[in-house]
Order: sequence, then C-alpha cells, then structure tokens
Amino acid sequence: MAHDHKLEIFRGLIKFKSNTQKIWGVLVFLSIVTTVEVALGIVKPHTLTANYFLGMKLLNWIFITLTLVKAYYITWDFMHMRDERPSLRRAVVWTPIFLVSYLLFILLFEADYIYNVWKDGFMAWNF
Amino acid sequence: MDTTATTGTEGKLWGGGNRPLGASYGKLMMWFFIVSDALTFSGFLASYGFTRFKFIETWPIAEEVFTHVPFFHGNYPLYYVAFMTFVLIMSSVTMVLAVDAGHKMKQKGVILYLFLTIIGGLIFVGSQAWEWGTFIRGDYGAVETRGGRILQFVKADTGERAALADFATPIHGEREQLTRDKAFWFGSESGLPSFTVEEVSEGLRANPNILIRTETIVDDEKTVLNREQSLERIKDARRVVEGANLIRNEYGSRLFADFFFFITGFHGFHVFSGVVINVIIFFNVILGTYQRRGHYEMVEKIGLYWHFVDLVWVFVFTFFYLV
Repeated sequence: MAHDHKLEIFRGLIKFKSNTQKIWGVLVFLSIVTTVEVALGIVKPHTLTANYFLGMKLLNWIFITLTLVKAYYITWDFMHMRDERPSLRRAVVWTPIFLVSYLLFILLFEADYIYNVWKDGFMAWNF
Repeated sequence: MDTTATTGTEGKLWGGGNRPLGASYGKLMMWFFIVSDALTFSGFLASYGFTRFKFIETWPIAEEVFTHVPFFHGNYPLYYVAFMTFVLIMSSVTMVLAVDAGHKMKQKGVILYLFLTIIGGLIFVGSQAWEWGTFIRGDYGAVETRGGRILQFVKADTGERAALADFATPIHGEREQLTRDKAFWFGSESGLPSFTVEEVSEGLRANPNILIRTETIVDDEKTVLNREQSLERIKDARRVVEGANLIRNEYGSRLFADFFFFITGFHGFHVFSGVVINVIIFFNVILGTYQRRGHYEMVEKIGLYWHFVDLVWVFVFTFFYLV
C-alpha cells in the first residue's frame, strides 16, 4: 500500500504539507470549477454559443474540458492514482480513453449523417 | 543438488513472486471493475450523444426542464443539480479523509468520516428521487401531434410558458376512463390527463394571448409560432401529455425522458449500492474488524468505488444538464 503520498498538484505549483491538506485543496479547486460551469450554463455568454470549433459550440468545448479537468483531479488525488505505479495508471486510464474516443468518433459521425438524411431526405418526420 | 527450475527472471519486476503493479489483489480487481463500469457508462453517454446529434435541431433544452428547487417556487435552472454535484463531491472528500484516517489506523476517524460519507450519499439519492418525482409530474403540460412531436404553449405578451390549466376551456361531457372490465381484456389506459385535446384546442382558439412553441431550435431558442400558424398547427394535436413516462413526455423528444431515466437511474443505483456497501463496512469498522486485521484496505477499496460514482456523476452532469 502506498502510504507516502505525492503532495504536489498543478505540476508542483502548489505543494501541500499533508495529505489531508491536499484533499481540502483539491475540494476547493473542484468547487470553483463546478461553480464556473454552472455560472456559464446559466449565463450562456453569446460569444461562446455563437462561435463554433470543429462543429461544436465553444461553450460546450469549455464544459467538456472542465469536466476532464475535474475527472483528472478526482482520479489522481481522491483515488490516489498519483501514487500508483505508471504501469497500473496506464492500464486503467488509457484503455477507456482509447475505446471511448473510438466509440464517440463512430457514433457521432453516424448520428450527424442520419441527421442530414432526415433533414434532406424525402421523408417527413416532423409533423 | 538444486531441483528448482530457474528462468533467469527472478528478482525482476515481472519475474513473479511480487506485485508488479504495486497494488494488492483486491485493489487491482476494484480498478478493473471500475474500468469495465466506466466503459458501460461511456456506452450509455455515447448513445445519448448519438441520439442528441441525430435530433440536434429538436432536442429539449435542459435548463428549461430542470428548473425546480425543493421548497421554492420559481425558475432556478441548474441550481439544484449543482447542489447535488456539490453534495457528491463533498461525500467524496469525507471518503478520502476516511481512507486517510485508515492509513493512520485511527478507528474513530474512520467511523466519523464514513458516517458523513453515508449521509452525503443518502442526501444525493433522496435528491435524485425528488428530481425524478418532479420530472414525472411535469409542470406545464403539452400536446402531442399525430407525428409524435410535442407542442408547448407560451403567453404572447410575456413569452413565459403557459400551463394547460391557464387557458384550456372545460367542456362538459366527462370521458370515462377505459378499464378492463368495461372493454376487451387488452383495452385499458392508465389515468386520464386533466384536459382533453378538444378542451386545449378550444382554449387556444378562445385565448388570443396563447401561442404554440414547437420543438425546433433556432439560435438556441425554441421556435414560437404566430397566431395563424398556431391555430393551424393545433389541428394536428392528437393527445394531451402531462409529465413524463417511458413512452412520451411533455418536454420534447421521447428519447429524452428515456435517457434521463436510464442514465440517472443507473447512476442512482450505483450510489444506492455504494451506500449499502458503505453501511456494511461502517459496521465492520465499528466492530473493529479492520483494526484487528491490521489494515483498512477494505475502506480503500470501497473508497475507490465511491470516487468512481462521483466521477461518473461529473460526466452525467456535464452531458445531461450543461451541454
């Protein structure tokens, strides 16, 4: 069991004195991120909803990025992935990332195709 | 003479006889379970994404659906879900603190923090039950067209949503609920909506302030028809829809409610089983089982599971409520 914890987050920018302190620090960070997400979700700034990048609104890109940031800190600091060996870390993290990226790529492209078929095809569904 | 076969790998990391991944059997299996469960949830969310992209122009807008907070009336989009997210992150924190106390062999600390974790989990599950209740009950009501699309109603002067009860004209002549003893064995229906399609159409015609809002999204807003278009469109109405079930819902696309029930339900089931396992381990901690065993690895393992449930919620929150 890994009893000695790595106490640095943000690549060593912040170093905590104890594991307990690090936990509270990460909580503060996660709460800030969630608050930002909810605030953006309610306000929906026009510049972020009107502009697109790779077919998706900038706002949604921000949401997804912040979600992955939260997921990283939950896994690395709450689940102590930071203290595990690299082999375990890679086995657990890269397997889903690889499979899920593939699945999303396939499904979202297919869905967009179906959307276009339904929109332009000789078929009425919205009546 | 030496009878043991040697392969020349002794003493190396993968040579056997040690733990090459540096984790015990139990923790390793928990990690592998988490990987497979993560793939299951990813499958659900990916299929949600599929459906969403397929109906990108007509999908319900989540902030307009989840606007309720218990004990308060009014329009508070996302506040309560944000609260639920915070409760779950908080219970994750108490869980790490319990694991930390376990490392230091502090039984009292583990008891306290595990107790707080259980309370957090119960608050979350309770909130989710409340949210399901609100979702199923619905608030404004809508009508369904013969093509299966949902038409909602808004007030022309303020642009606010109009509930069916605000404008539907009661027409006398009660329709009787169809039960099995009054019809063939296969013919029955579950409860009648508060209004009939005729009453809603009559109310729309009589009330010039009411307009129809369709599912179609243009510039992040649902399209509102003008008066003439509304009067024309209401002729397609075939059924009154109030609240949500697995077949149809007043919020829009039928699949929206199905995915809501399925994804948040499956997550809620995970939280619920997490609470049950937490309670079992909580009693074991009180009885001193792990103190005698010399380590609190069991708390670490359930901790991994509990954080995973939190992790899934972070994704559900984003993809169901925010995006």
